[in-house]
Amino acid sequence: MKKLIRVTVNDVRYEVAVKPNQTLVDMIRYDLGLTGTKNGCGEGDCGACTVILDGTPVNSCLVLAMQADGRTITTIEGVEGEKGLHPLQKAFIEKGAVQCGFCTPGMVLSAKSVLDENPAPSEEEIREGISGNLCRCTGYLQIIDAVKSVGK
Amino acid sequence: MSDYDIINTRAVRVDASDKVRGLALYVDDMKMPGMLYGALLQSPLAHAEIVGIDTSAALRLPGVKAVVTSKDAGLVKFGVSPARYDETVFCHDRVRHVGDNIAAVAAIDLDTAMEAVSLIKVEYRELPAVFTVEEAMAEGAPVLHEAYPRNVTAQVHDEFGDVEAAFAQCDLIKTGSLVNKRQDAAFIEPQGCIASFDFSGNLILYSSTQVPHYLQRIVAMVLGLPVGKVRVIKPYVGGGFGPKAATNHMELAACLLSMKSGKPVKMNFDRRQVFMHGRSRHQFFHTMTTGVKKDGTIMALKHECYLNGGAYSSFGIATVYYAGSLLGGPYKLPAMKYDGYRVFTNLPACGAQRGHGGVIARACWEQQLDMIADELGMDPIELRLKNMMTAGDMTCNYLDMSSLGMKECVEAVRDRSGWESKKGKLPPGKGIGMSCGFFVSGAGYPIYRSDTYHGTVIIKLTEDGGTALVYTASAEIGQGSDTAFAMIAAEAIGIPMECVRLESGDTDFGMDLGAYSSRQTLMTGLATKEAGEDIKRQVLEVLSEELHVPVEDMDIKKGLVVFKKETPDISGLRTRYIKEHRGWTDNPSLEEPLSFKEASRMAFLARGSIVGTGKYKPPVLGGGHKGAAVGTSPAYGCSAQVVELSVDEGTGKINIEKMTDAHDCGLAINRTSVESQMIGSLSMGLGEALYEEVKFDDKGRVLNDDLAEYKIPRALDMPDVDPVIIESNEPNGPFGAKEVGEGAIMPAIPAILNAVYDAIGVRVFELPLKPERVYMAIKEYKLKKEKER
Repeated sequence: MKKLIRVTVNDVRYEVAVKPNQTLVDMIRYDLGLTGTKNGCGEGDCGACTVILDGTPVNSCLVLAMQADGRTITTIEGVEGEKGLHPLQKAFIEKGAVQCGFCTPGMVLSAKSVLDENPAPSEEEIREGISGNLCRCTGYLQIIDAVKSVGK
Repeated sequence: MSDYDIINTRAVRVDASDKVRGLALYVDDMKMPGMLYGALLQSPLAHAEIVGIDTSAALRLPGVKAVVTSKDAGLVKFGVSPARYDETVFCHDRVRHVGDNIAAVAAIDLDTAMEAVSLIKVEYRELPAVFTVEEAMAEGAPVLHEAYPRNVTAQVHDEFGDVEAAFAQCDLIKTGSLVNKRQDAAFIEPQGCIASFDFSGNLILYSSTQVPHYLQRIVAMVLGLPVGKVRVIKPYVGGGFGPKAATNHMELAACLLSMKSGKPVKMNFDRRQVFMHGRSRHQFFHTMTTGVKKDGTIMALKHECYLNGGAYSSFGIATVYYAGSLLGGPYKLPAMKYDGYRVFTNLPACGAQRGHGGVIARACWEQQLDMIADELGMDPIELRLKNMMTAGDMTCNYLDMSSLGMKECVEAVRDRSGWESKKGKLPPGKGIGMSCGFFVSGAGYPIYRSDTYHGTVIIKLTEDGGTALVYTASAEIGQGSDTAFAMIAAEAIGIPMECVRLESGDTDFGMDLGAYSSRQTLMTGLATKEAGEDIKRQVLEVLSEELHVPVEDMDIKKGLVVFKKETPDISGLRTRYIKEHRGWTDNPSLEEPLSFKEASRMAFLARGSIVGTGKYKPPVLGGGHKGAAVGTSPAYGCSAQVVELSVDEGTGKINIEKMTDAHDCGLAINRTSVESQMIGSLSMGLGEALYEEVKFDDKGRVLNDDLAEYKIPRALDMPDVDPVIIESNEPNGPFGAKEVGEGAIMPAIPAILNAVYDAIGVRVFELPLKPERVYMAIKEYKLKKEKER
């Protein structure tokens, strides 16, 4: 039996009929069509499905869609503002922090959470903050560099 | 820094902004009207006869649209090398590993497809299975494929020079070994595909492949379709590293399901299936004997290797050759003997992974060279520099060093790491180690025997003039090839990057063998350069006719026409251009120099669509011996690395503190991308050295089939890296460029092994260097020392 939930994603309010066992990543990708959120493992190991739920980064494959009822979500599509790309997105481009790009959306959101919490994180705090997001291409250093360049 | 306008810079990637915005489409992001979802039935047993398959209950399930087995797929064999085609889409008589494919279902949604799969009844008669090389080669062991007794799927026996005669002249002969564990490429995007077969008989397959061309050929061959009816499109791909360089069963199953149902069918591997499909790095057992003179001159190498290959050949025949041939360089080695054996076991098949075949061989030998240096009382760097090849040298197995910045790499890492102030001077528990590496810039021959071009590129100018559309079937899988080719096209034509738009990864765009063997920068790069030069020539020919200036007296640079001698009167030409653009606000004033945009518009008016073409195939390479093709390349990249680390003697835990890495890529088309490949390679090497290992239970099931238990480096695990680009100007590459994507992994593992020895005084001959293994090695070493006292 599907149940109707209300959820705000990237400042847009949606009503979605979801199955009890449906994951949030599944709803975001296939019901809302926001395919920027990736699914790399389905069990919370890789972080590619990271979204920000009420201000906290979560693996959306480990959250049931129903748990998002009445809550607010930011996905990668909601990171840029009316004035264009978020400084983090610009930094990722400029520092060469993007290769295959599959981890990039989740990585940007985890990095954003780090900066939202603390605008001047140390390198160790940045590494800790993105340690749940696996990247096999870059070796992380350019990503860390990009986040550092945005931090104050 | 250089005379180039576009290449050799840090231009931003053409795909970066779509990727940071979440707009880049990967195959699972795509959807088609009426699309069905497919699922595979895979064997739970490692080795069994199939007695019967009953699909009737699955077919009765509401929502199921098609079920396919070997009866639908037929028994055409495929694989990677035509000499070893040994797989069918579905097993019909026997399963050979856990995860072997039996049937597939397409249904209205994934849940229904998976439920249907669970309703297919398969009756098995279990057979004894073999999981290790020893078990598989034992007398009377079950044979996986009848054509290969003792389960030896491929063997190599090569000797170059006279090894025994060379050993007779040696002052020191050293024998040692190294064994690794099976690894996983652990790309973050699991394999996926969508097949769409239409009523005109055309099949489009969207897939997360590294090799659209090979996939197109195998699909056509296995399904009995004309190649021209099969189009493979590679959307963005979330990493490959080798295992996505071969056709997988799911791709073929999706095609069959679409042909049977008449609907598009999407299929994905889950992470567990990625491990069950495998095709990543083999387990290698290397034994090497090296002979040197007392001044450190390397004289000979005798090398034996066994590979645990899993249940099918896949890339394995090439792997077993590469494991031997890539030791021909970068040191002067007059004599080399190699005996290699790849062995079938009832595990998922292994294949190609970054540094194909050469990574563990390199690690084994570079550790042995360090031991030899130690015994001779030489600095390991001195030993290496003494034996180093230089440009123009030929290895004993006929690999031609057309460029080789090896010495420059070694000197760079020595100086930048402060080697001389650290080697032998660090406190106990801290170590420094180094290694060299060496790899091909593209395989010299295609996987199937053919005189085919390895890459063709088409560039078409838009009819309005001003934009160059580049079409290549090459595969951007994250490494940055699209950006490199856009840069090469812009440089060759003489226009800014913004004037180039590039489309890739579609077999309709031409011929390209794809992303493997670090081939694209050199091979597709040369084809792109030729196509760009063809465009420039055509545009200048028209200008020459219009302005009566010889072609050789003109050029295009930074989007403007350059007149090398006198500037002709361009007013007539400009007036025509402006007249065509009445009302436009960006028309050039009379004083401005003639632009490429105007010139290319004139070219269209004179000749119709301006299309430039380029193509590349390597010259005949290598020696005449059996297997000579594997290891040949038009150019070789090389690298050197210094690793600094500490070892906690109480726990055996290794902490890598600094990696200094130099790579000779000939010329860096994009400096940022080259460094990215270097750092990414190091990170993979670090993971493989320290913790990566696919584990199986005694039934052949993967125990750690997820990214929690199969551990790859996290952001917290990466040390400080100092990447140094060395540019030796490769004569056979585009603008002097050659590989970086795979070669950069070569020195990582041995440099770590050598640094561990420097830290704790004990050599470890088994990977990965898990804390317990290192701890036990330290303990044994201490016991031995005590006994000696």
